[in-house]
Amino acid sequence: MSGRMRKFRRPRNVLEGQPATQAEEIVETLSVSCPKCKKSVDSDDLAESFGVCPYCRHHFKLNPRQRVRQILDEGSFLEIDKDLSPKNILTFPGYDAKIESAISGSGEKEGVVCGTGKISGFPVAIFVMNPQFMMGSMGSMVGEKITRLFELATKEGLPVLGFTVSGGARMQEGIVSLMQMAKTSGAVKRHSDEGLLYVCVLTDPTTGGVTASFAMEADIILAEPYALVAFAGPRVIEQTIRKKLPAGFQRAEFLLEKGFVDDIVDRRRQKKHIASILSLHKREAV
Amino acid sequence: MTAYEKVAAARDKNRPTAVDFINEMCENFLEMHGDRRYADDPAIVAGIARLGNLPVTIIGIEKGHDIKERNKRNFGSAHPEGYRKALRQMKLAEKFNRPVVCLIDTSGAYCGIGAEERGQGQAIAENLMEMMTLKTPIVSVLIGEGGSGGALALGVADQVLMLENSVYSVISPEGCASILWKDASKVQRAAECLKLTAEDLLGLNVIEEIVPEGDQLFVHLKERLIAILRENSKKDVSDLTEKRYERFRKIGGVV
Repeated sequence: MSGRMRKFRRPRNVLEGQPATQAEEIVETLSVSCPKCKKSVDSDDLAESFGVCPYCRHHFKLNPRQRVRQILDEGSFLEIDKDLSPKNILTFPGYDAKIESAISGSGEKEGVVCGTGKISGFPVAIFVMNPQFMMGSMGSMVGEKITRLFELATKEGLPVLGFTVSGGARMQEGIVSLMQMAKTSGAVKRHSDEGLLYVCVLTDPTTGGVTASFAMEADIILAEPYALVAFAGPRVIEQTIRKKLPAGFQRAEFLLEKGFVDDIVDRRRQKKHIASILSLHKREAV
Repeated sequence: MTAYEKVAAARDKNRPTAVDFINEMCENFLEMHGDRRYADDPAIVAGIARLGNLPVTIIGIEKGHDIKERNKRNFGSAHPEGYRKALRQMKLAEKFNRPVVCLIDTSGAYCGIGAEERGQGQAIAENLMEMMTLKTPIVSVLIGEGGSGGALALGVADQVLMLENSVYSVISPEGCASILWKDASKVQRAAECLKLTAEDLLGLNVIEEIVPEGDQLFVHLKERLIAILRENSKKDVSDLTEKRYERFRKIGGVV
């Protein structure tokens, strides 16, 4: 247990990190110790409080299934492209084994879950990235699934709600991974040009190529408290400038102050908040 | 040449930089400064010029030659205001129906406090979105290093060309080797694995053509750019942006 917690607090590099085990622990064990305040939290209480520590408000990492359960109306989720799985396009050494372990570790076939559903009765297209799948890195199938979701939403006239968590590009897919930034951005733009709404919730951590594409392209950008949101991660910057970074740098509160997110919304209020946004964007005959 | 030798060639200090290409290929270049929001970023040079008889908007990432200039240019690593300057010029190109030429040569967008504070990710993202539907022809040329998102931010084009000794990659071979194998000495292997040479990228349909280097480089590239832009200018603009979308749409899809 303590070993797993340590891994959570001090993850290895974000692209290569072990699948986060945090989300499983919420359901698997009787209690977990909060990585921030160190207090022991009853697992049932934690699940009830949407994976937010009742003592210090720390937002535990969630997998896409937990996220979907929290945000969508019960039984409304219809998943699409569930079986799309990464391919070793560049025959990159070691990548096949990594894909296999990501699949068995997460029980998912790629780093994002997509579909349609309802939030307080309002229909949405939704994508949720997965911290347990190669740290939500953007492989070509992640780009493909998100692009398809936006194309579907454009066709059906649906708003898109996204939850990002990502270590950035997926190095093992090289340039093809990089091109997903352009591909997804194109799909977001076409959706936007139809006058449709895109709301994105940035969760901890959202970095690299995801920050520099669809995470920052939403009409309304929300963030979870204290989520790290960066283009270059703090370690890369410290190496570049050879200085320690100030506390709170690149956290959600910092981005709010600098004008790059619209609001910070506690997970326990998210469903209501997003339902209000959807309600205010409902197209009604005047 | 091995992949890593190509990386070294692409980074060679004696290699012509964006300003050299502009001076050699264009006449009447008028530089335009600033993003109208924060500052002027010397890492990106932008303006209007004549390419043959064609008025164009030309935007290049500039590394500089001597150490003084390289410092001023931040070694070709742009800040958000650089990408915003580029976008402002592209929007003017759209307004006046001028084609856009982008010259890419960067190890990457700058990783620093100011760059993050001013939204490096947001600036790049906005360029990707806006370039995808910009209603005027765009052609991008990798003239040296194409480092990740900072390169792609000028690379959403109808056609992307690469000089034969330029490279284009999601991460530097050094970064890749140290992250994946915790061993910076494995850069040669990383360079091979990343498939970052012009031949590799042509095979992956990420670029349209390779521009041979040599004495005739500027003459040849100028001819190709004029031919491509003339062809694109004849096309209906909505067909052009549709094709641009499809160009990127099919990369890494389900075959």
